[in-house]
Amino acid sequence: MVDPALSRRQVLRGASLGAGALVLGLTVRGVSVVAATGAAPAAAAFAPDAFIRLAGDGNVTLVMPQTEMGQGIYTALAMLIAEELDVALEAVKLEEAPADDALYGNPIFKVQATGGSTSVRGYWPVMRKAGASARAMLIAAAARQWHVPAAECRTEPGEVVHQPSGRRLAYGALAAQAAREPVPADPPLKSPETFRLIGHSQRRLDTAHKVDGSLRYGIDAMPDGVRFASLACAPVVGGKVARVDDRQVKTMPGVQQVIVLDDMVAVVAETSWAAMRALAALDITWNGGPNAALGTADLWADLDKASQADAHVAVDTGAAAKLSGDGVIEAHYALPLLAHAPMEPMNCTVHLTPGKCEVWVGTQVMTMAQQAAAQEAGLSPDQVTVHNHLIGGGFGRRLEVDGVRKAVRIAKQVDGPVKVVWSREEDIARAPYRSVYGAWLKARIANGKVAAWSHRVVGPSVIARWLPPAYDGKIDSDAVDGAAETPYDMPALLVDWVRHEPRGVYTAFWRGVGPNMNVFATESFVDRVAREAGQDPLAFRRSLIGKHQRARAVLDLAAQKAGWGTPLPAGAGRGINLQYVFGTYLCTVAEVIVAEDGTVAVKRLTTAVDCGSPVNPDGIVSQIQGGMVFGLSAALYGQITLANGRTQESNFHDYRVVRIDEMPQIEVHIVPSAEPPGGIGEPGTVTVQGAVNNAIYAATGIQLSRMPVDPSLLRKSAWR
Amino acid sequence: MTTINVNGQQREVKVDAETPLLWVLRDDLGLTGTKFGCGIAQCGACTVHLDGAPVRSCQLPVGEIGNKPVTTIEAIGTTPAGARIQKAWLDLDVIQCGYCQSGQIMSAAALLASNPTPDDAAIDAAMAGNICRCGTYVRIREGIKEAARHG
Repeated sequence: MVDPALSRRQVLRGASLGAGALVLGLTVRGVSVVAATGAAPAAAAFAPDAFIRLAGDGNVTLVMPQTEMGQGIYTALAMLIAEELDVALEAVKLEEAPADDALYGNPIFKVQATGGSTSVRGYWPVMRKAGASARAMLIAAAARQWHVPAAECRTEPGEVVHQPSGRRLAYGALAAQAAREPVPADPPLKSPETFRLIGHSQRRLDTAHKVDGSLRYGIDAMPDGVRFASLACAPVVGGKVARVDDRQVKTMPGVQQVIVLDDMVAVVAETSWAAMRALAALDITWNGGPNAALGTADLWADLDKASQADAHVAVDTGAAAKLSGDGVIEAHYALPLLAHAPMEPMNCTVHLTPGKCEVWVGTQVMTMAQQAAAQEAGLSPDQVTVHNHLIGGGFGRRLEVDGVRKAVRIAKQVDGPVKVVWSREEDIARAPYRSVYGAWLKARIANGKVAAWSHRVVGPSVIARWLPPAYDGKIDSDAVDGAAETPYDMPALLVDWVRHEPRGVYTAFWRGVGPNMNVFATESFVDRVAREAGQDPLAFRRSLIGKHQRARAVLDLAAQKAGWGTPLPAGAGRGINLQYVFGTYLCTVAEVIVAEDGTVAVKRLTTAVDCGSPVNPDGIVSQIQGGMVFGLSAALYGQITLANGRTQESNFHDYRVVRIDEMPQIEVHIVPSAEPPGGIGEPGTVTVQGAVNNAIYAATGIQLSRMPVDPSLLRKSAWR
Repeated sequence: MTTINVNGQQREVKVDAETPLLWVLRDDLGLTGTKFGCGIAQCGACTVHLDGAPVRSCQLPVGEIGNKPVTTIEAIGTTPAGARIQKAWLDLDVIQCGYCQSGQIMSAAALLASNPTPDDAAIDAAMAGNICRCGTYVRIREGIKEAARHG
């Protein structure tokens, strides 16, 4: 099989552009990203583990077990290996790992999955050890050749140096001998003060092909003879096709097939446009099924009812008995359904032949994609080759393999390769969603201090479906993440969870996952309690912090940088959100202006973050900046609503996201740390809702209990 | 049969005149750098230049193009403004997933070609039609200013 990325570039060079035009005016980077071929990585002179391939000519290929979806993980993981292996980052080539849980399973999930801000946390020890081990073997090989003690040798990028004599040998020349050296059990790691890469901002390794259109995403896969399919899935979850009238469509130009399955309809055509146009012209009648009358109000009512059910206890230090009598404050918070809406619409290309299935897709879960395709095709996983691609936005959407399943079901009806592309409308209206969540909190204040605190979380368990071994049937660690452990030391705490799977929707992880709800609820309630206790939100938080002194540092830094306490005009307010989730401490101060009609403009987001040892500091800043924009879209606009079981939103005009002209000023300050790394993809998203809600509270005296912001509740006449 | 000028070459395509340019570029000419995002000119991922001006190719029927030259992301580096934007995008690490960036770069290059020193208001006006879900807007703004400084 010819590498599709390669053939694409050759086509572009040969047919569409003059030679060299692709890189004109650019600095050509030494790094290229090769799409996974599905085959085992190429043989190399020295391949000490699953990640490093050193060729006799000195070329280094690093195999990337995690999917690059914009979060910069290729760069961060390459930095970890290159640091300890001691090679220049510019000299390495990256290759996506094939589907293989045993070799490439995420150290935290144990399956090949990219999500939950786990990659650097999980691979920090693994990749450093891989690099260090290979370096020790190269040193041993050089020492053997020179007949000198290994202790007299050190490395410089790409070569071993014999210190006393000044002799040098390039890694490539040592590759064959290094492969015969024993693998050290406990290779020495570099001491942090000698790091050349870790902790020093490096330019991303995956972007050279993203500025000239040459990078191929899953949606750009073009296997020879490919045809194009557009699909319509049942608009109500559980619904079925009742009738399809395709008389008008079968004679439309380019249309080849109309495929009618029990819960979806697809048109296969010579071009995407022909397929899309024909699908729109089809007259499809659907049966709604059991959810045909469902509306958003039903989901909220279900959530309320579920909150009364028996809960599983996550933490109990005796709060329940102390939450009655004078000084008890109660509040309820909730979050709506959300679509992920990544910029690359869902897509999957499949070629089924007897005993074999090839899949081209961008997925966060290589082996799950392989297994899903195998199941639908009636094959074993080893008969399925998944060509993974860099992803045009994941955010949790591509942790799901519903798209792979549907594409294989369509491909079973098609002779030859078929590319299935979701329209944006299909992607927004018929996707798995971030679930509705509810939180019920109580606190009792005595003598101006919190005496007890309780937090009930009501929501689904995505983990129970997605990674069953990680769910013990009692507590879903994601569902209570950010509630069970907070930056604060409460004198008495009760955190419990009611599992509630909403009707009529499929639920999925969404950037920020469980903490989106739990931090929003906790931080909103902290401000509510502070106000009732007559205390400043900053001082009140300081008083609640005990053992988490790193939380205090980010709190103080963010407050200082944001000018906490300095005067603001009427209608303006500042709000704090402090969190400790994904192993990272982060504090944001939001500054908002609420107009007389209740419209909220977020003017400034000032963040301080302590994510442990920073790997690529500029990448951290980038993830916080971007994560905050993702969270801001949710805070200001994000909601999926249902009527008659059908999603009411369809595209970016009614599922709004933040645009550049609505951007606040964003500042990110990194607190230096030598602790092990924390996660960085999710925390920026999590931090926004609480900060914005508290800033609105400060500006208006009105605390919203639900996101997104509803301006009709914030008109000046209602300000307190 | 329709003939269009794409990236300096005359290309013959056998499609309906109503077919949006986006799909002609992607499916017929193999120029997949131009991206499908929303199909209704809301996101800007499909932005190309028609006679130097940014247009949403998902809403531009190929039959309406006539003799006007089309420039796509694959060739924007051959224009001075496009090359400066690409360089600034790499130097500042603007890009995350990159899927929207073909469109962002096309909009930014058109802005810079027509306004060598855009202020924040000009950047907002030119770029508000391009959505980025990774949220790279801070750096898109910095990138345009950086490219302008090197003009």
